[in-house]
Amino acid sequence: MTVRELVQNLNFRVFCGEANMEKEISGGYTSDLLSDVMGHAEAGNVWITLQTHKNVAAIASLKDLAAIILVKDFMPDDDMLAKAQEDDIPVLGTGEQTFDVSGKVFNSLRVI
Amino acid sequence: MRLNFNIEGGDFTKAGSASSQVKKTLKQINVSPTIIKRVVVALYEAEVNIVAHAFRGNISVDIEPEQVHVQLTDEGPGIPDIDRAMQKGFSTASPKVREMGFGAGMGLSNIRDNVDTFKITSEVNKGTTLDMTVLISDNQ
Ligand SMILES: Nc1ncnc2c1ncn2[C@@H]1O[C@H](COP(=O)(O)OP(=O)(O)OP(=O)(O)O)[C@@H](O)[C@H]1O
Ligand SMILES: [Mg+2]
Repeated sequence: MTVRELVQNLNFRVFCGEANMEKEISGGYTSDLLSDVMGHAEAGNVWITLQTHKNVAAIASLKDLAAIILVKDFMPDDDMLAKAQEDDIPVLGTGEQTFDVSGKVFNSLRVI
Repeated sequence: MRLNFNIEGGDFTKAGSASSQVKKTLKQINVSPTIIKRVVVALYEAEVNIVAHAFRGNISVDIEPEQVHVQLTDEGPGIPDIDRAMQKGFSTASPKVREMGFGAGMGLSNIRDNVDTFKITSEVNKGTTLDMTVLISDNQ
């Protein structure tokens, strides 16, 4: 499933990265600890988190993640958004909490 | 080829920029993605450790056909007990740093898991030096 299909399926808000949403999603990683993500997320994963600062976009870019999904209506900080735009990383958002988002993303990825 | 970077302690807005530059360079010279991934994880964690725990530091990256060698030296508080610091979960990160999601105490183990050689030396109230190498083997 591509990032665009996931966005359509789950009605995510798109903060940026519209032009880079054809990437195939390889799986997901849910964590708010940056070195956990750095050490264990895989390229092509979507990252579900409530962290909203610039380092989140930097890590997503360094790890070649497919997208960042912010939960609970958290908004990306301006410098996170700028960095994500610069590196073409889609930043998505939803009002739902982490457990629910993770479950829905998991099920969506399993279907295809 | 050698790349050098200066790192300012406390400046999280620039954390990761050395790693990002090194990643680009390794890509340009066609180093295999597996090797690039390992270098990036180790370098990022080491770079952030200077930002989070030290006052300032210097990174030098030597890219050779058979290996990537990285040395990071910093001026800072140093590490009193390196074995303890290496343990997963040990962290002295400040509350502010933890709020950002750093300070899980996983950085040094991420480094160790991704490099072929790893040496850390430190002097309390002076600073820390980290030496690491990722080998680029023929069959990569
Ligand atoms: N360059 C350094 N200067 C001084 N202390 C350091 C340095 N690097 C690591 N340390 C010490 O070692 C501890 C463990 O480092 P490690 O990178 O494993 O975890 P962390 O930085 O605290 O958290 P994380 O990396 O998971 O965000 C740090 O909390 C700190 O006390
Ligand atoms: Mg660390």
